[in-house]
Amino acid sequence: MYVAVKGGEKAIDQAHDWLAEARRGDPSVAELSVAQIREQLALAVNRVMAEGSLFDPDLAALAIKQARGDLIEAIFLIRAYRTTLPRFAASRPLDTGAMRCDRRISATYKDLPGGQVLGPTFDYTHRLLDFALEAEGLDRPAVPAEADPCAMPRVTGFLDAEGLIQPEPPCEAVPGDLTRAPLELPAERALRLQALARGDEGFVLSMAYSTQRGYAKNHPFVAELRIGALAVEVEIPELGFAVEIGELELSECETVNQFTGSKSAPAQFTRGYGLVFGQSERKAISMALVDRALRWRELGEDWKGAPAQDEEFVLSHCDNIQATGFLEHIKLPHYVDFQSELELVRKLRRAAGAEVRAGAQADAQAAAE
Amino acid sequence: MSAYNFAYLDEQTKRMIRRALLKALAVPGYQVPFASREMPMPYGWGTGGVQVSAAVLVPEDVLKVIDQGADDTTNAVSIRRFFQKVAGVAVSEATAQATVIQTRHRIPERALEEGQILVYQVPIPEPLRFLEPSEIETRKMHALEEYGLMHVKLYEDISRHGEIATSYAYPVKVEGRYVMDPSPIPKFDNPKLSMAAIQLFGAGREQRIYALPPWTEVVSLDFEDYPFEAARAPHACDLCGAGDSYLDEVITDDAGGRMFVCSDTDFCGERRAAGHVGRLGESA
Repeated sequence: MYVAVKGGEKAIDQAHDWLAEARRGDPSVAELSVAQIREQLALAVNRVMAEGSLFDPDLAALAIKQARGDLIEAIFLIRAYRTTLPRFAASRPLDTGAMRCDRRISATYKDLPGGQVLGPTFDYTHRLLDFALEAEGLDRPAVPAEADPCAMPRVTGFLDAEGLIQPEPPCEAVPGDLTRAPLELPAERALRLQALARGDEGFVLSMAYSTQRGYAKNHPFVAELRIGALAVEVEIPELGFAVEIGELELSECETVNQFTGSKSAPAQFTRGYGLVFGQSERKAISMALVDRALRWRELGEDWKGAPAQDEEFVLSHCDNIQATGFLEHIKLPHYVDFQSELELVRKLRRAAGAEVRAGAQADAQAAAE
Repeated sequence: MSAYNFAYLDEQTKRMIRRALLKALAVPGYQVPFASREMPMPYGWGTGGVQVSAAVLVPEDVLKVIDQGADDTTNAVSIRRFFQKVAGVAVSEATAQATVIQTRHRIPERALEEGQILVYQVPIPEPLRFLEPSEIETRKMHALEEYGLMHVKLYEDISRHGEIATSYAYPVKVEGRYVMDPSPIPKFDNPKLSMAAIQLFGAGREQRIYALPPWTEVVSLDFEDYPFEAARAPHACDLCGAGDSYLDEVITDDAGGRMFVCSDTDFCGERRAAGHVGRLGESA
């Protein structure tokens, strides 16, 4: 006797209990605290904040703990929380030129005002497993003395002053918001940048990489990569002046790309731009390359049919929460549709079988005659 | 759950969705873009349907949620629980009692009535998407009523397979104007699309809402010499004996044994309660 597949509710509850147990792991090992994740897995926290579009290290750390370290799941938790938050105000535009930089490098100038500051980077580490880290309770590493903060003007400003780079005139238009209005294509650059800033690091990286390998090649120089903290200010109408409401850590990358020019316009460098929450420089550089590739039309370049040039392709597929949801939904039952396919295939095969049999019969008859 | 508004979404968001719903009802079959929110369940798991349900639910509603026609499939359970938690509405498995029915992949067997709302979860709202991947292009095609590509596809099916080889998400034309994807319901359900209830379609990830007001003319695309044909497994339900319901095939052993049962669990249960018995059923 067939027993209907009942008990979905009970199965769900038990799966959730099991999940909680698996999340905790071996109870004889100390439980991770949210503060430990925030402090010691800061780059994971940064990624969750960037792609979750919410700057809150504590919540991001909590999400990572809840998600058992699955960062896309953690990003999803943050997104679902973010969407319920009220919006009080829009901040004043950030002046990243005034950033208090922990790291600031330029690949286009050997030295420049403010200097090259390596900061906490993996760049020149040898990727050898450090077994000393396995031992706990190591002495706190010595912190190098903080240098006096000095002004770090933006590198593209030097090129701008000379008229060597395509100007980016200030714009008073209020940028759109992907999370509050449906995306319409073609999208303006501000929306594209929002989508890329929220986009999956792996996807944006691969798109950027594809441009380096020749799909819409556009050789980029990292004019500047800067990472640091910046105050956020909000204009309070009742007060008539702006008030600092907090601080963000940001990674910003500006690329200088091969020049364009024509008979009517002299040659100029062009720009790509990336801005991401936290220390996320791989993402910031990738974003700048993809931004630049998507600007082909505005800069009068040819359509080369490359994925990174295709705004609809990039914007429709860069969001990992959309992607993973739709991908994983194929785990849900589809037996109604599959049943209709089964019936169709059986029917087509019956029809084909009848034809084959009829054909064989005709052949046999012809042979007999 | 006082931290959340009734039915989860804030009232501003509900208004935005209701505006899209009204537009969709005014232009049947037209895909209205809406600012889909990130929901606490994954995209592709019914976020569009959940947002539409959240926007139409009132505290007096009785909600039914089905997936594959059944109330007890895991995702149906999950969505029903969500609304019990955030809206506190009454729920029911009885199609006749429900005022709002959220569905994935099926239309209930029992004819719906005036006053009921059927909310569909839609994965890909664009019926032309598999023929033309670009949204910019497909919107143009709808605007110009340029559906030749679809007819060519159906024609190619016939020339290759001898019939139209689409068994679910079978495209329809609405009031002689828009070609519409009825969501991945089996084509068996297509003839029910002209009905007394209001039908609302929500695609969360794709940010689209569309609708069919009661008794809208909905025609499954076909050719005069190859008319549309609703299909089902040529069996009767092994539990309730129904010969006219859509059936799921269940493999019962590893020797080719199988049985066919109604995909609509409420329909099957009611029939059995009324004394109908199928080949493998037990009398109630």
